[in-house]
Amino acid sequence: MLWVKFLVRHFPEVIRVDTYMVMVRGAHDGDRARANGGTMREVPLDVPEGNPVGRLLPRALGLLSLGLGVAAVAAPERLARIIGLDDAAPARSAALRMTGIDDAVLARSVLLRMIGARELLPVPGLLAARRPAGWVWARVAGDVLDLALLFRALPQRRGDRRRRVAATLGAVAGITAVDVLAALRSGRAAGSRRRAVAASGTVTINRPTDEVYRFWRDFENLPRFMYHLESVRTDGDGRSHWTVRGPGGRRIEWDAELVEDNLSEMIAWRSVRGARVPNAGRVRFARAAGGRGTEVRVELAYAPPGGAVGRAVAQIFGEEPGQQIRDDLRRFKQVIETGEVVLSDGSPAGLATPQQVLQRPARPQAARPSR
Amino acid sequence: MRATCWQGREDVRVEEVPDPQILNSRDAVVRVTSTAICGSDLHLYHGYIPTMKHGDILGHEFMGEVVEVGPEVDNLRIGDRVVVPFPIACGNCLACQTGLYSLCENSNPNAGLAEKLLGHSPGGLFGYSHMLGGYAGGQAEYARVPFADVGPIKIPDDLPDERVLLLSDVFPTGYMGAEMCGLTGGEIVAVWGAGAVGLLAMRSAYLLGAERVIAIDRYPYRLRMAQERAGAEPLNYEEVDVVEALREMTGGRGPDACIDAVGMEGHHSSAMLQGYDRAKQSARLETDRPHALREAIRSCRNGGTVSVIGAYAGFVDKFPIGSLMNRSLTLRSGQCHVQRYTRLLLDRIRRGEIDPSFVITHRLRLDDAPTGYEMFRQKQDECVKVVLKA
Repeated sequence: MLWVKFLVRHFPEVIRVDTYMVMVRGAHDGDRARANGGTMREVPLDVPEGNPVGRLLPRALGLLSLGLGVAAVAAPERLARIIGLDDAAPARSAALRMTGIDDAVLARSVLLRMIGARELLPVPGLLAARRPAGWVWARVAGDVLDLALLFRALPQRRGDRRRRVAATLGAVAGITAVDVLAALRSGRAAGSRRRAVAASGTVTINRPTDEVYRFWRDFENLPRFMYHLESVRTDGDGRSHWTVRGPGGRRIEWDAELVEDNLSEMIAWRSVRGARVPNAGRVRFARAAGGRGTEVRVELAYAPPGGAVGRAVAQIFGEEPGQQIRDDLRRFKQVIETGEVVLSDGSPAGLATPQQVLQRPARPQAARPSR
Repeated sequence: MRATCWQGREDVRVEEVPDPQILNSRDAVVRVTSTAICGSDLHLYHGYIPTMKHGDILGHEFMGEVVEVGPEVDNLRIGDRVVVPFPIACGNCLACQTGLYSLCENSNPNAGLAEKLLGHSPGGLFGYSHMLGGYAGGQAEYARVPFADVGPIKIPDDLPDERVLLLSDVFPTGYMGAEMCGLTGGEIVAVWGAGAVGLLAMRSAYLLGAERVIAIDRYPYRLRMAQERAGAEPLNYEEVDVVEALREMTGGRGPDACIDAVGMEGHHSSAMLQGYDRAKQSARLETDRPHALREAIRSCRNGGTVSVIGAYAGFVDKFPIGSLMNRSLTLRSGQCHVQRYTRLLLDRIRRGEIDPSFVITHRLRLDDAPTGYEMFRQKQDECVKVVLKA
């Protein structure tokens, strides 16, 4: 038994790629199809956009940076008064050390303008980048410099100025906290896109192409052989509602839309914008060589989010999504060719390969197992 | 019900287990009237087949009476007497439709496991590891038969169990072994292993046109049986060098066809050679001991055919590919596609051309299955084939 476990563990069919590699795979599939004289299309299978909320905070911070930066560059003296650094003597020494200018007011202006310019640097990235995580971290670095400066300035001030410096210090600390939060969140979002998982599988079915196509085209049939799916509900206009069962009874649901539907040739779908687990799928049907049935090729890609939902998704899709697709396709073939999923005493529920290693003995179970 | 369960190496027990039920709509449940222990069951008994689990019900040679049918089975009725082929086959996939029933593409729910070891998965078998389906076997009072509308063959009441029971495996297997030799009449066929399959391969070779059949074994009682019941010329490999002896017996040419009816637990007369493969097998450096196969390949005449029906599981060492390639040999093999032969061979039995029951040497009760395994393994009391009666 042990060495079979070893085999299973050491032939991992996991394909961890980002969306660009999914595109490359799509292109390779196209090459193969061309070489075979097939008619498969080169449409990259891209994981659709997930939840857009992850980019709102970086944008808000970008606007804040823009405001502060412009203020510091345009009116450094007024800013200095607001934050309590408008006194000559202590500022003189600090600004002088930092800028090398032997004029207290000028040196302070130059220093504040430099800080303002630094504040403006990440603004375009924060406002426009698809993956703003790095720009938000740049803001965090700036915050740290500002905090250090203000900490040094605080003991040198007295009275009203001291209160203003302290208030500024508190405000900057608060902004820093928001920045760190935003950086972590957008980093996770970027990470999930990097972790996007794609897998594909293929099977030949001893039935004409149009029959195989028609069976798949009714998405409500999919849970009969894709065991992680609890249900798929379709409505008339190409939209469908998918539910998967997770560990501990956790349900994850999303809506999907039909992207392409070529009669007896290809069906492509993807989750609609805002899905918790952005995913896309495509199945292609082609006449097998010699007219021996239909070749079915399935590609799936999904971007697991971070946190508990991500772990649940990973468990649902298994450690080897490629193996899972092959198991699903084997059951698909059984259902179309023989009428139902074939069960044995050792796997009365039609287990996936990782579970096959740990299945029950090949003897009747006391009560009829229910799936 | 009571059933013969695998409980580890050299440990089978008859235990009380739940009765089988219909799981798929094309299932039937059969009350087993006769079942046999196969030579390949000894590979399980010895622990050489991976993916067995404690508690697995053994047995893939059985027949009985239909007691329950699923809603999609329209060719069988309760009370029908049937013999059940050991491979499970759906009848719908390309393999089944081209007669390759033991390669059914749908009958192995654990195909993913078999793919890891074999590259692609064959079909599922009764009582023969989880890699090959995880199906409960037939050495029991009852057995669930998947795809009952395809496999089981109905038996007329006038034929007793023993004459038809071996249609479930060893007779078709021996017959296919001879058929793969491509006999056209007048050939010399050498058969390694004079067990049930080997003996029936010898008889089948004659049925298919062989002029001479040579039996290779080491047990005098089996060689005597081959000589008396199958009309073969005996050759004891512990007394002679087989390749030399066969050369001598065939005018220097070698047999036209060689059948390996031994498989993965072969034995060699040289203690050193036997020890070499035994050690490698124990260390899991090879899974199978291919003594018979090596000899069959080296003995076969130039351009001849080697037909492998002995069971192999994984990997072998020192495979004489040079002999095979340079001498234009044809290597044919396979788990028997039993469903392809049942009707044909039932007709031969009914016409009186052959009565395969001559290989049966022992009849025990199901409860005595452990004794049967041990007796078969030790070759006690001139054991060739044990039939268990429920």
